[in-house]
Amino acid sequence: MAEAVRYRRERIDRGIKARSDTIYTLASYRDMLYLLLPRILPVAMLLCLPLLLGGSYWGKVIFYACIFALLALSWDFMASVGLVSLGQALFFGIGSYVAGGLNFYLKWPMFLTIPAATLGGALICTILLVPVVRLRGVYFSMVTLILPLLFAHLIETLEILGGTYGLLSLTPFPNHWLAVYIAILAVMLVLFGFRKLINEDFGLVLRGIRDDDRVVMAGGINIYWYKAQAIFIASAVGCFAGALMTHYYQFVGRSAFALDYTILPLAGAVVGGPGSFAGATLGTFILVPLSEALRALGGLRMALYGIILIGALAVLPEGIFHYIERKYHQVERDIGI
Amino acid sequence: MEILIYGITNSVTLALMAIGFSLTFGISGVANFAHGAFYLLGGILTWIFINHLGIPYFLSALLSILLVGLLGFLLYWGLMLRLRGLAINEVIATLAAAIVIIEVLRWLGFSGFTYVLPEFIKGSVNIGRVWLDYQRIFLVAIGVALILLFYLFTHHTKTGLSFRAIAQNERTAISLGIDSDWTAALSLAFGSALAVIAGLAILPLGSIDTELGYDILIYALAVGIVGGLESIPGIVVASFILGFSQIAVATFFKAQWQTVVTLGAIVVILAVKPSGLFGKYKELEERV
Repeated sequence: MAEAVRYRRERIDRGIKARSDTIYTLASYRDMLYLLLPRILPVAMLLCLPLLLGGSYWGKVIFYACIFALLALSWDFMASVGLVSLGQALFFGIGSYVAGGLNFYLKWPMFLTIPAATLGGALICTILLVPVVRLRGVYFSMVTLILPLLFAHLIETLEILGGTYGLLSLTPFPNHWLAVYIAILAVMLVLFGFRKLINEDFGLVLRGIRDDDRVVMAGGINIYWYKAQAIFIASAVGCFAGALMTHYYQFVGRSAFALDYTILPLAGAVVGGPGSFAGATLGTFILVPLSEALRALGGLRMALYGIILIGALAVLPEGIFHYIERKYHQVERDIGI
Repeated sequence: MEILIYGITNSVTLALMAIGFSLTFGISGVANFAHGAFYLLGGILTWIFINHLGIPYFLSALLSILLVGLLGFLLYWGLMLRLRGLAINEVIATLAAAIVIIEVLRWLGFSGFTYVLPEFIKGSVNIGRVWLDYQRIFLVAIGVALILLFYLFTHHTKTGLSFRAIAQNERTAISLGIDSDWTAALSLAFGSALAVIAGLAILPLGSIDTELGYDILIYALAVGIVGGLESIPGIVVASFILGFSQIAVATFFKAQWQTVVTLGAIVVILAVKPSGLFGKYKELEERV
């Protein structure tokens, strides 16, 4: 009787990865390209795409993709502190309403409302969420799920800030290019900024809180202060996205707190691979154009998102980015055991 | 008097909505954010069975309870089993499932005045100066009966006790011979079936609207969180607190304030005492 041969999958780093990781004297153009290409290529593509597409419909899609990428990055940053948010719409909505309100009532120009919405909105979000930074896991998620709904209902009930009609005819961007390039630059700044930040000492503490908050506490670190700071940073990014979108649409309404702004970035981050920021960006840049292409389906779009989300969780829980990264850095082979 | 009567019926309605959710999420610790979707699906399935297939009411009600229960079971077995233990992913997955169900139903157009489930008995009765239809009386009776049965089930039957066991300490439960996967799947199935029962009792009072799918989830969450997810007295007390405050607010201010009160209650309770008014054993899990 022949013994069935069983295999084990073995993964080994490519030689070039080992070299470029540890030896800092880069030997060849090949080594340099190996390190630089994955960074330069997406950046170059992102910068060129609007020029290729112009002001067409798909040119606008790039802008939306950037907005959702910012929200996904903000989600990913909070998730890397262990704060899993189910309410990016809160940040988006607060940012939108601060920018919209300042522009509508006080007639502030756009270059003032956007920074004001970013910082002021982030401050509001942080103050809202600070009472619940003690909560862990699902409990924190539930608060964030409820808060945007609460705000949408409050605006409807109190009939403040335009009530159900929203605030109309806000200052538009002078042209399409400015909006798109601000969005793209913001995405890149946030993406590389977060990737850097999370590897600093500050980021190390944040990741420590995610892995085991009590150990970090035992180390004499005030985790609530760190969590509050993380929320401030993440919500600033979310509010910025909201403010940008408000001026792009020239309108802000209750829809700013809608479930879309929670589910889309979440799906992007989960599909792309949480924890690396690049994954979240990649995920949204795949999903948003996909959803625009499927616009013909109308109401089924949200359902499709749900299916993609479930599929990604069940089939490729590590996410696309981590999968690609692994293939790029490692060779795989089966060895008999 | 009006507040008293409508307060009671409203409270029992809330308790009915919450009971299935509380069984899965609170008692067995399996997130089921598709609760509202199942509630909606149950109502619509029953409507289809009655109006398109001509099946008599009680048979179609039974059929949709069983079908949705099976769907809950499959949701666990097909999807959640892969994510077990990652609480956040469970929540995301079930929320995604809910969105799929609700949005597909919305797309199919199951919403509006044509979609009305039959009442058990038509007519109404005058209590004090308030007209109360029989359906609401049935609703209260069903609610009270379900809560009693629910208490007996979770405290005095083997299955019910194993539901509580896997939430309290899964490893100990396994070492005592409880198959935790089977139990969790079963609890999701039971919870979904309870959602449909609640739907069958409540939906005849109005027409079916796909937006309900999200609302029910929020109400169930509110009751569960305010009362304490794993506590049955908590469900009762919380639904009475929320039920009466909703009616009071609607009477004295505006009807829209109802939702604001509910949502506000969730946020306040989560911030102050996340285990709810009656919750006990999850103190360490939920906050640091």
